[in-house]
Amino acid sequence: MKRFRRHGHESQRDRLKQELFQFNKTVEHGFPHQPSALGYSPSLQLLAIGSRSGAIKLFGAPGVEFMGLHDESAAVTQVHFLPHQVELVTLLDDNSLHMWTLQAHKGLSELLEIGRFTLTGPPGALPHVTRVTAVLPHSSGELLLLGTEGGHVFIVEVPGFRELEERNISLDQVQSSVPEDYIGRRSLEHVEALQENPVDSNQVVIGYDRGLMVVWDLEKHCAVQHIPATQQLESVWWTEDGSYILSSHSDGSYCRWMVGNSDPTTEDEEKSDIPYGHFPCKAIMKIMQLPTEEGPPFLLFSGGMPRASYGDRHCITVIHSKTHVALDFTSRIIDFFVITEGPQNTGDPSALVVLVEEELVVIDLQTEGWPVIQTPYLVPLHSSAITCSHHVSSIPFKLWERISAAGDLQHTHYSKKPWPITGGQSQAADPPQRDLLLTGHEDGTVRFWDASGVCLYPLYKLSTAIAFDTDADPNDNMNQSSEGEWPPFRKVGCFDPYSDDPRLGIQKIHLCKYSGYLIVAGTAGQILVMELNDEAAEQSIEAKVVDLLQGQEGFRWKGHTRLDVREEPVLFPPGFQPFALVQCQPPAVVTALNLHSEWKLVAFGTSHGFGLFDYHQKNSVFVKCTLNPSDQLAMEGPLSRVKSIKKSLRQSFRRIRRSRVSLRKHHVNNAAKLQEANARLEAELAEMELAPVQRKIEARSSDDSFTGLVRTLYFADTFLSDSSHNTPSLWAGTNGGGVFAYMLRIPPVEHRAEEPVTAQPAKEIQLMHRAPVLGIVVLDGHGTPLPEPLEVAHDLARSPDMHGSHHVLVVSEEQFKIFTLPKVSAKMKLKLTAVDGSRVRKVGVASFGSNRTEEYSESDLIFLTNQGDVHVVSLPSLKMQVHYPCIRKEDVSGIASCVFTKHGQGFYLISPSEFERFSLSTRSLVELRCLVEAPLHQRSQTDGANAVHRTSEKDDDDAESAARRVMEHALLNDEKVLQEIQKSLEGGPLLLENNL
Amino acid sequence: MNKPHRAPSSRALSAVEVKSKFGAEFRRFSLDRSKPGRFDEFYGLLQHVHRIPNVEVVVGYADVHGDLLPINNDDNYHLAIATATPLLRLFLQRKEDSDYSAFGSDPLNRKKNPVLSAVLLRPDSHRKKPPVVISLPRDFRPVSSIIDVDILPESHRRVRLYKHGQEKPLGFYIRDGSSVRVTAQGLEKVPGIFISRMVPGGLAESTGLLAVNDEVLEVNGIEVGGKSLDQVTDMMIANSHNLIITVKPANQRNNVVRSREAGAASGSSGRSSDSGASFYGYGGGYSSLGVNSGPAHIIQNFPVGELESDEEEDVVIEAGAEQEPNVPRYEPHLNLRRDPVTSATSDPAISHPSAWAISSPATSNGTLTSSASLGSLTTAAANGSSSHRARERRSLEEDGTVITL
Repeated sequence: MKRFRRHGHESQRDRLKQELFQFNKTVEHGFPHQPSALGYSPSLQLLAIGSRSGAIKLFGAPGVEFMGLHDESAAVTQVHFLPHQVELVTLLDDNSLHMWTLQAHKGLSELLEIGRFTLTGPPGALPHVTRVTAVLPHSSGELLLLGTEGGHVFIVEVPGFRELEERNISLDQVQSSVPEDYIGRRSLEHVEALQENPVDSNQVVIGYDRGLMVVWDLEKHCAVQHIPATQQLESVWWTEDGSYILSSHSDGSYCRWMVGNSDPTTEDEEKSDIPYGHFPCKAIMKIMQLPTEEGPPFLLFSGGMPRASYGDRHCITVIHSKTHVALDFTSRIIDFFVITEGPQNTGDPSALVVLVEEELVVIDLQTEGWPVIQTPYLVPLHSSAITCSHHVSSIPFKLWERISAAGDLQHTHYSKKPWPITGGQSQAADPPQRDLLLTGHEDGTVRFWDASGVCLYPLYKLSTAIAFDTDADPNDNMNQSSEGEWPPFRKVGCFDPYSDDPRLGIQKIHLCKYSGYLIVAGTAGQILVMELNDEAAEQSIEAKVVDLLQGQEGFRWKGHTRLDVREEPVLFPPGFQPFALVQCQPPAVVTALNLHSEWKLVAFGTSHGFGLFDYHQKNSVFVKCTLNPSDQLAMEGPLSRVKSIKKSLRQSFRRIRRSRVSLRKHHVNNAAKLQEANARLEAELAEMELAPVQRKIEARSSDDSFTGLVRTLYFADTFLSDSSHNTPSLWAGTNGGGVFAYMLRIPPVEHRAEEPVTAQPAKEIQLMHRAPVLGIVVLDGHGTPLPEPLEVAHDLARSPDMHGSHHVLVVSEEQFKIFTLPKVSAKMKLKLTAVDGSRVRKVGVASFGSNRTEEYSESDLIFLTNQGDVHVVSLPSLKMQVHYPCIRKEDVSGIASCVFTKHGQGFYLISPSEFERFSLSTRSLVELRCLVEAPLHQRSQTDGANAVHRTSEKDDDDAESAARRVMEHALLNDEKVLQEIQKSLEGGPLLLENNL
Repeated sequence: MNKPHRAPSSRALSAVEVKSKFGAEFRRFSLDRSKPGRFDEFYGLLQHVHRIPNVEVVVGYADVHGDLLPINNDDNYHLAIATATPLLRLFLQRKEDSDYSAFGSDPLNRKKNPVLSAVLLRPDSHRKKPPVVISLPRDFRPVSSIIDVDILPESHRRVRLYKHGQEKPLGFYIRDGSSVRVTAQGLEKVPGIFISRMVPGGLAESTGLLAVNDEVLEVNGIEVGGKSLDQVTDMMIANSHNLIITVKPANQRNNVVRSREAGAASGSSGRSSDSGASFYGYGGGYSSLGVNSGPAHIIQNFPVGELESDEEEDVVIEAGAEQEPNVPRYEPHLNLRRDPVTSATSDPAISHPSAWAISSPATSNGTLTSSASLGSLTTAAANGSSSHRARERRSLEEDGTVITL
């Protein structure tokens, strides 16, 4: 009977688990890592970005995002939308073409791959014959023209990828008609560009690498015109009215050619220009000319810079009338396009969209001065490398408004124009609360992101560098260009990975959402206490140096020095302004930080110890040195100890260079010696293979390095001395498995300014397994974690139960252990490492609500292991609930970057520039829900498009009847057929697969 | 402490005749069988009658079988009185030169080595080898051993590495490798974890229970299959205070051969030839124990459920009234200075000879574990809060560092 009941209880818990937990990776925030291709559909108003890892991402209006991943992990080299369709074609590095579609289902669209295709040449043809170099989706929407390395143009029917062999344009056909006088007519080389005549869809221009351009009539299947350019061709543009073709070349020149001149002998280049001429220039990679309603057209081209002086710049030149600007980007230009106004997208150019390697820049071409439009998504999170992050849920509206107001003042240089890419509709519900994600960066900035919804939108940026004297003058403006400079550069973009002083790097952030206090701690032991001020204020900062060594003998800090605080008053812009500064001595990285805004106390820890700072009275309350006498490493500082990647890279380069030099010498001197060196190298390599990776098995001892490093700090109002009086307390956990608890005495509010805050050591726990302590949580009488400071005062949390006995939960890397309070004795534990060999990396407390009833919610512990799995453990019973694989275990930086929210979501970096958002909760789920409808004017398009649409409709019907037929033929035992039937019955897309 | 009258009813005599020998001297006196009194009174009486008030002695008596058994607590004192037939022969030895190995010598040895003559009357006459000294239970500590021989396949070996109270490092390395398994489809190569290196002088090497190229199959009862090298490393380190590794030895020639006959496991370690003196078989259900000063090979049933019992305890320091400055410092090794509480706790009484060789009582760090079968070995009442502090100190001292407030 008892057993039966317990079973019932367990199944009830299992059911509850299903109501509480589910794992989803929901959104990728930020900028795709290593983008390699850009595409745009004017009819859908969607932007597509392909990446080197084979991902394809579509963006429309804010909140409209789609993502797909090619099975092959080859780089996406080209992305083209089929005109007026919801399909797009991608070309990969491995020469395969893929057809994707946005399929709407129950009001939500989904990006699906529906077909793949690899060009096959005639039997026995060399591979380069079919190597695709240029892709042109024909405006009819049913043809794809594929130019190849062999110089042929293949014509393929889409979306089914059916080769129309009879319509192919072979190199021989073209060559036979090339005028005799054209130099090098025998080798035209590969097809560099394909363009359609905007007014006559039967005409396309085929541009060959050698320079020759051929206007080809698809209907008559013959060359209409030859344009005999002699410079190596880079790109071709057919002007809006169809009367000119622009070509850009590798020598930095571009030419304009008249088209349709009836007399084939007089046609000539009308104009040729090397815009940044005189000295040798780099190639113009892409050129565009766009007409305006009235007035001169816009001419845009990328590249063409003088090779010697500006060859390293990444520029796009925009020329309109007398305005000529060379937009100077922060990284290599991948591609660009221009958005035009009007219902048919034939109006004036309104915005220039440029994809560079590290960011997306959109420039408003209609506002004077061509300001940048702030991107609502695709923001480069890594404009300076992210060093830490902090998430704050449910920001009170007042604070939110003040932060965004401060941010708006920083965004004045942006264009007022709305975001020009508006495709699709986001169906996602409005976020139930306002969440902030704060990222700390290497350059000493803290960025505030609106993380409430699908778009991670930048709200406000805080720079801590202005409080310090650094080598770089903060007023040194790189953007200022001298008058009359040629080319007329203008810097655009915000990607700036170069940090002036690594000591400025932000390591820990803590924001109290109720009081608006922010504390930020950095690499050189600096802790800034900041307050939100709506006005700019000039103030001088008083630094309080805190000695964490406490007179320990025999230690000498070998790391970096303290930051110098600016002595003169500094003018701080509206926003967070520092009013107190603590500097740790030795100036080691701050490894733990906490703030109690109700008690007005800040706790901070480094590898040497921890301290408590009273920011109300601006004095240090106490300091505790946690240093182990045998710990010498702690004194070396992070910069000397942990070699920076840059440094090690530099060293390895140097080593390579040295070895090359030495090898060359060997070669000169004695060939035998070289052989000897090679043999030695080989032997070394063989030895490396023979000696496998080994792991030492050794119990942790107190002698291990960095045992004194403070990993976590925690404030709690609990029972430390006796079970009848609760007192404020501070808890600290170290890398060596030590926990220190201090009893605090905080003067009553009326005497808070005069009487000192005092602290008294109360408890010390040394975990025998000596694993690093990652988290400390006090559980109240109900077993619920204590609320955050001020949470109860703001009526946002139930006040903790102070009648029942409290417990303290200590989370180490290896196990979870609950101790009773006030007498500390072990009550319960959950071992992790001893059982499955994984270790806790990140831990957080989150509340989970049931998706069935509004009433039920519980607090649980979420943690991420070094194996990349996320687990949920119940509180206070410490029972494993669920676990899901989340991050690849090899992705160490992803695991290190993970942060949890208070409602069961989390973020981690999937690349230096992208956060993946995941959710463990069934209730708190921010996910993409968007719809893209097929363009409305599709039917009013050319007959071809219409026909395609009709056939596709017919296809659907056909598929069903075909399925029935197949069934009638009783081929049911064939699995393939069954699958096909299944698919067609589901109305799903049939994977059109050719030549694979 | 009044014990019920335990003497056989046939005995009309209520007095027990006692003949006590200390060195070359005899004393004779009598005790009331029905009122034997307490052991410490008896001990005082012995010191008195022998006129050796300040000499610490070990008291032994000859039981009905002629075995020399100790008297060191009330229980075995009462037993000795109750079973005296009618003479109770006592043998007193100075504590410092007492020979514990004499106690409980087994029936097999008795003929050759009768208790009285061998140990007491002609102490060192016919010993060729120095006797193996078995120390008092309080000096026992768990040692590394092969365990679970009876439940594992013969090709596998489960080794328990005890680090308690030793400065020795565990001292081995593991690596990835592949092993060949026989499956229905034929031979299959599967990844495995292997011992790659031994640190000279380390625990693993000095016990001789593990060897390079042994394949690691389990760590503390959890299979390592499918786990990465780093995971297995972390598991081993997390269990390092009581590490139990199941291996498939690379050298399969030294495997423990399980004897088919119950109770005759004593010869199974393969080393019995040179250690006859070190084996003490106690018939019945107990496995044999081999204890010698060198590498230990103990074959012993060890239920897995008990593994958890010898968890190390975390050190909790409650801030007392007297606060020392917050300076971490070294404390001298406390081993030298006997902690009264701890020594009291680990001074168990012994009621039955077979209890002596069980190796699991007081561990050297003061974390007391007692096997369920040894009721009389349970610790004295000092298990409460008073010993708490003492325990902390003792568990700290093994690491050489003491952090005190």
